[in-house]
Amino acid sequence: MSAVITASGLSKRYKSSLALDNVSFQIAPGRIVGLIGPNGAGKTTALKAILGLTDFTGTLNVLGFDPRKQRDKLMGEVCFIADVAVLPRWIRVREAVDFVANVHPRFDRKKCEAFLARTKLTPGQRVKQMSKGMIVQLHLALVMAIDAKLLILDEPTLGLDILYRKQFYQNLLEDYFDENKTIIVTTHQVEEVEHILTDLMFIRDGKIVLDADMDAVGERFIEVMVNADQADAARQLKPLDERQVFGKSIFLFDGANRAVLEQLGETRRPSISDLFVATMKGTYA
Amino acid sequence: MKTFYWLVKREFWEHRGGFFWAPIITGGVFLLLNIMGIIAAEVLGAQHGIQIGMSGKLQQIIAEMDAGNLHNVGTFLDLGMYGMTALLVVVLTFVVFFYCVGALFDDRRDRSILFWKSLPISDSSTVLSKVVSATVLAPVIAVIVGIIVGIAQLLILAITLSFHGVNVWQLLVLAHPFRVMFNLIGYIPLYVLWALPSVGWLLLCSAWARNKPFLWAVALPIATGLLITWFGIMGLFNLPASWFWMEVVLRGLLSVFFGTGIILGRGNMTFFENGAHDNWLGFMDLNQTYQTLGSTNLWIGALIGVGLIATAIWFRRWRDDS
Repeated sequence: MSAVITASGLSKRYKSSLALDNVSFQIAPGRIVGLIGPNGAGKTTALKAILGLTDFTGTLNVLGFDPRKQRDKLMGEVCFIADVAVLPRWIRVREAVDFVANVHPRFDRKKCEAFLARTKLTPGQRVKQMSKGMIVQLHLALVMAIDAKLLILDEPTLGLDILYRKQFYQNLLEDYFDENKTIIVTTHQVEEVEHILTDLMFIRDGKIVLDADMDAVGERFIEVMVNADQADAARQLKPLDERQVFGKSIFLFDGANRAVLEQLGETRRPSISDLFVATMKGTYA
Repeated sequence: MKTFYWLVKREFWEHRGGFFWAPIITGGVFLLLNIMGIIAAEVLGAQHGIQIGMSGKLQQIIAEMDAGNLHNVGTFLDLGMYGMTALLVVVLTFVVFFYCVGALFDDRRDRSILFWKSLPISDSSTVLSKVVSATVLAPVIAVIVGIIVGIAQLLILAITLSFHGVNVWQLLVLAHPFRVMFNLIGYIPLYVLWALPSVGWLLLCSAWARNKPFLWAVALPIATGLLITWFGIMGLFNLPASWFWMEVVLRGLLSVFFGTGIILGRGNMTFFENGAHDNWLGFMDLNQTYQTLGSTNLWIGALIGVGLIATAIWFRRWRDDS
């Protein structure tokens, strides 16, 4: 199957800074891609370009459409949740469902009502009376009832408590995601999406610094816990990062020989957050 | 078409307070004041022994009216209904003005634009649905409420008088509620054309301003006008200041005022210049109001309005607020 998104030479300049710097990537269908980067790295700009919300230079193809020229058609196939609280505050649950049901050809009203039945939301309730978590529940119920090919989530769980956050991703995985759908998610809460991602993209200063599927990440990056006496030997192998825990040193290697590392100490797959911190070292310095 | 219907419905949901409740409450308060006034008059009358209806004399006067007098009574009653609508039109003007200023701004401020933009709706439909809500939906509601309240007011008066033995019911038949309604509803298409430059300008400011769209919408034309006047006083450039104030500032900002087309359109000013009429409310008739269609002012304004709306659509599509 052809790629859902193909971007080449994508650039976007704001007045003072380059938000996207000649970025190229491809996203295949049936993937869950984590787009991870520090604040101001260009994540949201990249998503906006994909959604046709901002102008850019370069070429971008999303589901066969050019988001700059064919946005209206594109949005029939793409769903989008920006960080919470973007539902209009005046709208009632009933009105939101009615409206989307009547303007979106791929909306399944029964599905939406089934999702809503699992929550405490009532039809007459207004968004302004809801907690952040409830707003996200409503938005998710609307979005999951749309049979879209691409779902874009921009910090969807920002400011939610852990119960809502867990439930959010659980619902997405159990009731929504399948091999015909693609999800792109940006978040700072990396630990929570770590186990659901199939692909990982790190973005820094408008450039993509890592673009790999999770299996490749596991093979390429190795973490070794080394006793103090062997630390110098490990340093010779040019680790990406080093940190101390309980008198031992933990080294993170990129593409090193696994057999050699195993002689130094216990190896394991690094967590995405450790990998992220190591990769982004010096971003704010 | 279905999408457009729901877009307008969405505007109604969001602005139910201004579009629906504002005219109803205004009309209700007006009726209440009427009733309070009547009660006060009754009480005062009873205390001072004044007989309303002059012990049957009024009845006699009514009975002795000739055709010409009866005609005037009918016109007077029509005036009551127009008057009621006029009151609501003032309210409507404020509602529509502020609605337009916020229509493409409020959802950018609270970022709910990201939700609307996540749906397969073109920006043209969105903006046009707001134009229709402002120029058709809101006036239709105001006119209907105005006429209902106007009729209610006549009924209250008639009932009060009948308590005093004055039977005015046959006079009520002289009113022309349907003609009034027809004239007012029929005026709305003309209003759309007339209001286009105003609505377009306000929507453009609403779509373009990063903050305080109201200030931009009002201050920009007024500041320009002041500048032109100042140049005029200084004797520089010889710019047409009064023309600018009249045709740009006033026409641009106040055309949302329902009915300014009748006065400023000048198409039917001849109505009064032609001397006395036995039906002096005739200037509200459609064959009079629609003479504005012949004025270039209307069409140039409408054309500019279309241009402003197109620009507002462009800003709605490309304004990037990050």
